[in-house]
Amino acid sequence: MAVCIAVIAKENYPLYIRSIPTENELKFHYTVHTSLDVVDEKISAMGKALVDQRELYLGLLYPTEDYKVYGYMTNSKVKFVMVVDSSNTALRDNEIRSMFRKLHNSYTDVMCNPFYNPGDCIHSRAFDNMVTSMMMQVC
Amino acid sequence: MTRPEMADEALFLLLHNEMVSGLYRAAEQGEGENGRCITKLENMGFRVGQGLIERFTKDTARFKDELDIMKFICKDFWTTVFKKQIDNLRTNHQGIYVLQDNKFRLLTQMSAGKQYLEYAPKYLAFTCGLIRGGLSNLGIKSIVTAEVSAMPACKFQVMIQKI
Repeated sequence: MAVCIAVIAKENYPLYIRSIPTENELKFHYTVHTSLDVVDEKISAMGKALVDQRELYLGLLYPTEDYKVYGYMTNSKVKFVMVVDSSNTALRDNEIRSMFRKLHNSYTDVMCNPFYNPGDCIHSRAFDNMVTSMMMQVC
Repeated sequence: MTRPEMADEALFLLLHNEMVSGLYRAAEQGEGENGRCITKLENMGFRVGQGLIERFTKDTARFKDELDIMKFICKDFWTTVFKKQIDNLRTNHQGIYVLQDNKFRLLTQMSAGKQYLEYAPKYLAFTCGLIRGGLSNLGIKSIVTAEVSAMPACKFQVMIQKI
């Protein structure tokens, strides 16, 4: 279960960003912003590092004391950033990958929606519902 | 050869032909500005290309460079849309690519030589937009033009714009 999910366009502005309602949502926005630098580093290091350069999943971008940030970049240079709670140790790599796949599938559906102009913010309710199902349930 | 596949091909061909003639008919009844139709068709192709590319690259590996992307367009993309690959890809390695298709699916029904040659550009505008939209979603700004010398063979020229 994620704490914050963001979709960033290829020009590096957010198309969609949603976090669980806490007092300090700005902190999540900031975390996502700084993670973009790490994404760029990973992409440019593809030739030299041991990272599998053919995969879209980027893995753990960086851990902070409370949270872990994961990244995924599609072939169309759209980035998905997911922030999860560090205390949630039950989440495995495979689960994160499958969450990203679901995000990618929903994003593709949004792209093919004739009422969506590429580059606009995402307002689709179907996408919202899918993201809600992945966020942590906080009462 | 399964039946559902055959219907699939014909559907796109017929729809495309109707789209072209429908647009021109509407333009005649309207203000009669014929020049805008080609642009409209190209823009339609652009939006369709963007969505298509998103779907097709969902499961493929990350592209290494520009040439990799052009090869993907020539092989996988062309096969999925037109059920065949591009026959010849040439480049000058400086941003110009020429894709040659010797039996372009959208023109085979029209003629097998020089007849109806002057109508060919209308039927190529959508595909030009398709290529441009696909490339734009992959991060490449380009200008795509098409030329026909003898149907059904045609050449698409892609000029990559370095920003």
